[in-house]
Amino acid sequence: MPKRTDISSILLIGSGPIVIGQACEFDYSGTQACKALREEGYRVILINSNPATIMTDPETADATYVEPMTVETLEKIIEREKPDALLPTIGGQTGLNLAIELAEAGVLERHGVQLIGAQLEAILKAEDRQRFREAMNRIGLRVPESGYVRTLQDARALLPTVGLPAIIRPSFTLGGTGGGVARDEAEYDRVVQWALHQSPRSEALVEESVLGWKEYELEVMRDSADNVVIVCSIENFDAMGVHTGDSITVAPAQTLTDKEYQVMRDAAVAIIREIGVDTGGSNIQFGVHPEDGTLVVIEMNPRVSRSSALASKATGFPIAKMAAKLAVGYTLDEIRNDITRETPASFEPSIDYVVTKIPRFTFEKFPSADSTLTTQMKSVGEAMAIGRTFRESFQKALRSLEIGHAGLERPAVAEGEEGLRELWSQIDVPRPGRVWAIAEAFRRGVSLEEVQRRSAIDPWFLENLREIVEMERGLQGASEAERASWLRPAKRAGFSDRRLAELWGSDEAAVRARRDAAGVHPVYKRVDTCAAEFEAHTPYLYSTYEDECEAQPSERRKVMILGGGPNRIGQGIEFDYCCVHAAFALRDAGVETIMVNCNPETVSTDYDTSDRLYFEPLTLEDVLEIARVEQPDGVIVQFGGQTPLKLAVPLERAGVPILGTPPDAIDRAEDRERFDHLLENLGLRRPPSGVARSGAEAEDVAARIGYPVLVRPSYVLGGRAMEIVRDVAGLRDYIRFAVRASPEHPVLIDRFLADATEVDVDALCDGERVVVGGVMEHIEEAGVHSGDSACSLPPYSLSKPVVNEILEATRRLALELGVRGLMNVQYAVKDGDVYVIEVNPRASRTVPFVSKAIGRPLAKLAALVMLGQSLEELGFTAEIWPRHFSVKEAVFPFVKFPGVDTLLGPEMRSTGEVMGIDSDFGRAYAKSQTQAANPLPTEGRVLVSLRREDHERAREPIAELARDGFKVLATDGTASSLEAVGIEVERVNKVKQGSPHLVDLIEAGAVDLVINTVGSDPGAVKDSFSIRRATLQQGLPYFTTLAAVRAAAGAIHAMRRGTIGVRSLQEIHG
Amino acid sequence: MSAFVAPRPAALALADGQVYRGAAFGAETVGSGEICFNTSLTGYQEILTDPSYAGQLVVMTYTQIGNVGTNAEDMESERPFLNGFIVREHRAGPSSWRSRQDLDGFLREHGVPAIAEIDTRALVRRIRDGGFQNAVLSTDPAQQDGAALVALAREAPGLDGRDLVAEVTCREPYRWSEGSWSGVGGELPRESRPDERFGLVAYDFGVKRNILRLLVEQGFDVTVVPATHSLEATLALEPDAIFLSNGPGDPAGVEGVRPIVRALAERLPLFGICLGHQILGLALGGETRKLRFGHHGGNQPGQDLATGKVAICAENHGYAVDAESLRRAGEAVEVTHRNLNDDTVEGLAHTERPLFSVQYHPEASPGPHDAAYFFGRFRELVARHRAGERVSGYDVARGAG
Repeated sequence: MPKRTDISSILLIGSGPIVIGQACEFDYSGTQACKALREEGYRVILINSNPATIMTDPETADATYVEPMTVETLEKIIEREKPDALLPTIGGQTGLNLAIELAEAGVLERHGVQLIGAQLEAILKAEDRQRFREAMNRIGLRVPESGYVRTLQDARALLPTVGLPAIIRPSFTLGGTGGGVARDEAEYDRVVQWALHQSPRSEALVEESVLGWKEYELEVMRDSADNVVIVCSIENFDAMGVHTGDSITVAPAQTLTDKEYQVMRDAAVAIIREIGVDTGGSNIQFGVHPEDGTLVVIEMNPRVSRSSALASKATGFPIAKMAAKLAVGYTLDEIRNDITRETPASFEPSIDYVVTKIPRFTFEKFPSADSTLTTQMKSVGEAMAIGRTFRESFQKALRSLEIGHAGLERPAVAEGEEGLRELWSQIDVPRPGRVWAIAEAFRRGVSLEEVQRRSAIDPWFLENLREIVEMERGLQGASEAERASWLRPAKRAGFSDRRLAELWGSDEAAVRARRDAAGVHPVYKRVDTCAAEFEAHTPYLYSTYEDECEAQPSERRKVMILGGGPNRIGQGIEFDYCCVHAAFALRDAGVETIMVNCNPETVSTDYDTSDRLYFEPLTLEDVLEIARVEQPDGVIVQFGGQTPLKLAVPLERAGVPILGTPPDAIDRAEDRERFDHLLENLGLRRPPSGVARSGAEAEDVAARIGYPVLVRPSYVLGGRAMEIVRDVAGLRDYIRFAVRASPEHPVLIDRFLADATEVDVDALCDGERVVVGGVMEHIEEAGVHSGDSACSLPPYSLSKPVVNEILEATRRLALELGVRGLMNVQYAVKDGDVYVIEVNPRASRTVPFVSKAIGRPLAKLAALVMLGQSLEELGFTAEIWPRHFSVKEAVFPFVKFPGVDTLLGPEMRSTGEVMGIDSDFGRAYAKSQTQAANPLPTEGRVLVSLRREDHERAREPIAELARDGFKVLATDGTASSLEAVGIEVERVNKVKQGSPHLVDLIEAGAVDLVINTVGSDPGAVKDSFSIRRATLQQGLPYFTTLAAVRAAAGAIHAMRRGTIGVRSLQEIHG
Repeated sequence: MSAFVAPRPAALALADGQVYRGAAFGAETVGSGEICFNTSLTGYQEILTDPSYAGQLVVMTYTQIGNVGTNAEDMESERPFLNGFIVREHRAGPSSWRSRQDLDGFLREHGVPAIAEIDTRALVRRIRDGGFQNAVLSTDPAQQDGAALVALAREAPGLDGRDLVAEVTCREPYRWSEGSWSGVGGELPRESRPDERFGLVAYDFGVKRNILRLLVEQGFDVTVVPATHSLEATLALEPDAIFLSNGPGDPAGVEGVRPIVRALAERLPLFGICLGHQILGLALGGETRKLRFGHHGGNQPGQDLATGKVAICAENHGYAVDAESLRRAGEAVEVTHRNLNDDTVEGLAHTERPLFSVQYHPEASPGPHDAAYFFGRFRELVARHRAGERVSGYDVARGAG
């Protein structure tokens, strides 16, 4: 069927900020959908609160709303834009849920907007557990039995249905805490009682256990003619019980006979038809009993998903793009396969390699979080690798993770019985490091059967791991002369040079030299959707050690862009955005672009983004090999965050030309001593500081500059291991940890400027001219990591002289460092004095935010500067001071990590960001809070519990809230201070004063806003933890810094003065 | 001290002179034949035991082969008929609750040589770009000389004009009563077998068992007969319908069957699959042609022209029927199915007589079950014919009443 002509404009809902479970995969799919629909001539209207996305670039859609993602806002947008249709399936769960709300609230009907892709009925059938179960039963498929219980009697009655073992999950607890597995009746009673006790509503879900079953996923597409194809099958390395987002996953499925696979395929086809998804992609998860093949359906996502992004990257079949085209009426056979060009999209990709995805976790930032992997996702990113065999792909994925592993290194576990016990504890329970423990167990002679029994991992995967360990043994046993014979077999099995160096007691460079001498280099094969049955016209490549190379590099002028690798806290989508912009700008400038990255979620790894895509780990070895084949005219290392930046110097040494700012400038900015020297020359101020290479030296430095001090290892992003230390005891504790955090680099110690205002600046420099893209004033005071702080562009309180001083300092720094491209500077302003905190001559996390705030694409401009164009030629010669305010706010994963405190600090813990734009600061801030799921109330009861130091300064904002009609509740000390200035306060008990106390009030829903500031004293933090935990559990808006309270009070006031409107980026920047 | 232990050597030599050296597994011997590749991700055992591969060497494009071992139920015939098996990595240590024997042992038992650790993608691209050619696979340590093996490849008989059916067909008629695989718990419910039963004679040109199983599921009492089973002998069995099976090689090379098929096609409802489809085409006076490198895989788009719907199909053929030639021969046939990748004719139906046929494999095994509807259509055709209706194959293919 040809495309629909009865609709002409389509509304898309994005997925909002990056959170655990919803990352850049939805920017990838959303961007594809926007492009596909515009290609077909539809007007695309988009809402997404996340500025760090390609989809919210003004060029991607016709009308782009970076606005709060609520039904109210959406209705305003619908009123203004009058879309004919809404495609609800490309914005993750957020987009889908909003579409459901819009439909149920009657908004769609009221404005004549039709759902395309999936109707409400189908979405609800897939999303509602009970309706899904009924639907599955109707077509004769099984889902694990389950039911909700409110009493032990209920639970006992349900037991015969669910059987043992059973899984018990309390309802409405943070991160599903309080649940467990019951293996016998006594345990069942015990776990149920505990779960009911834990649940604030005394309710628990009891489920039949499929723990230990094999887990599979199928990516299914359906068109309006009812053609159904399976794009990809995925098998989870980790058995059922670990969320698929936290599992190592492998494509295609490895351990199914064709008969079993077809049973699953038939089921998937029947499911998508029964649920009634009209068109587009769905993800269906299955459990398979390892001993008899029994099949159960776990769930279905009637939308594109993380797995569909992975499947697209794994096969070359662009699911989201296809889904968009199918939604407007095309059928699969009418759409061409981009890669083969000559065949239609109505086929099932066949692949001739193995894809392995390994999740990346960030538990080091949440030491009090439980790192056990469960059915609730905890990982923040993932790396994918492609190899011809599982072993090769698995080992490539390990080094792609960038967590310090080059392969299956030996974990630090004691020898003997004790060590073995520790290994078992790491194997019995799934946690992030399990594969290293398994490999070590094999080294110690443990049988595969034993590991299988205890881990429930399929023996096929274990056998592969065992073979890697076995090869290690051979490698280690080889004499110097014998090593040559091992090179090729080891490289074919995926061993990195670094891992070989470890095994051979050599170093990476020596192994590389040995390979060079022996002529052992990888070749590059194409991902082509069809296992070479047809010619591939898309250079989407991966390395492997085979005979034939299909890279076919061109003779054009070309630039290689190194991406950011797996998402992590501190380095995420913002850097991918910059890399994508570089690719777009260079392509428009007629330069061939070569992207290198290993993050399957991203837009950068869409084969459409650059001319050539290498899906490869971002290690020196892998990048050098690509450079050897491609011989690029230049490499961009400044856009992908710390990952490629670390490669700058070694690449340059190896003769690879680095574009833009010379690597030495990076070193001058990173090396504390050189940096101090630089500032001194420029006459710029910085907080007293020093560098320490040992514990003793650290104590000396701290004593000299005075406590409190800010300590951190050098060369880290995201404030990893950054801490404010108030005394020598704290410093000693810290040094022990930090030295382990970054062994090659010293510890940096700065005087901590208490209560200073932090300022972030992004600037462009072409060597002659410096243009500041934006000056961002942080809301939270110094001491809160810049990535975790909200900020405003333009500044909302800084004086003009201070801003001018910042501009001038930025100019001088950029020129002195010889920056060619982007530079980010962080300043602190205290008592009118400006201090330089740090300089990063590279793209920063705030580049996308600034670009959207000022309406100029900084990263694109920077890429062209790096190519040699001047800012004058690019027409970017003066600062832009927008008339509107843009506020960036951070978004945190606290709800996923029970036990973790929500107090902010120097260690970055936010996963994503949102942007609020409006005519004044208050409204922009209010919008940012709504977007960050911290929506400000305009009336009600505010509970205030403050540290003593804040009492006085809190009076003004609290008074403002009181004037705006809020009823103020406060604990004794705070209350007295507020009453002293005439604020009417209702006193509430502290927890230790007994019930009813403030936590009871929070839990009873008697509070609308919580303000809680705490001093650094660990005792006070501990005492007040229950307040913040209860607040989080209730989902109440809250503030933990006074600076944010001030901003919030102003914002609430602004909100009360009138409704807040919406404007598209295209209107704002006209 | 440990040097890397080189695996047992194997060499694959192509007639074009290219020699690949890798690791041997399976039987220690030399096999030759026309080389083709299969893009199925699952189902290597079904491929190995599909008699259609007689006279061929098969390259699997997927790289991890051996994962699930082998078992009795996944046999598509009594043994492998291909002459050699080529994979990127042979995975020892299978993992499947269904596995009874590992792949290596299975191939040894059946005398099939196999090679691993070669750049199978390079090989596939060579076959794709260069078209069909003959090759020799040697796992015999004494026969590893490249030039000698290339010479052998050039002498190999190939497929064209050969009657491979004679080598794979059964010697004596036999009854087949086994239905589909018992399956697993939790799978979709299956349709029950119809009560009314029909007698069927299935001509075995190298039949895959799953075809017979699905015919049984449709309520046919199946008698399998040798390829050249005479018209009289078949009619003596008083069948309600005739089935022409898949099989190996060049349809034009199959001797002695066209007159029998032609005579049967004039008398009884008839359904042909793959080689059976080609033989029907030839029997009706049409021609077949050789494709460049054929269709071998489980992901091919087969469009039903009556509904426009696309089934993802298992295909395995190197030859195709020329529909025009049939029309020139004066037969009232319509093309009912096409492969959307290259527009090859994949299904034919007669507009006057109860005949239809399909080039690909509705029995799957391995492959998706999307095209299984052909068996239902055949049952419908036979039932309506038996009920005295003047029904053509095309009536059923079109869904016309």
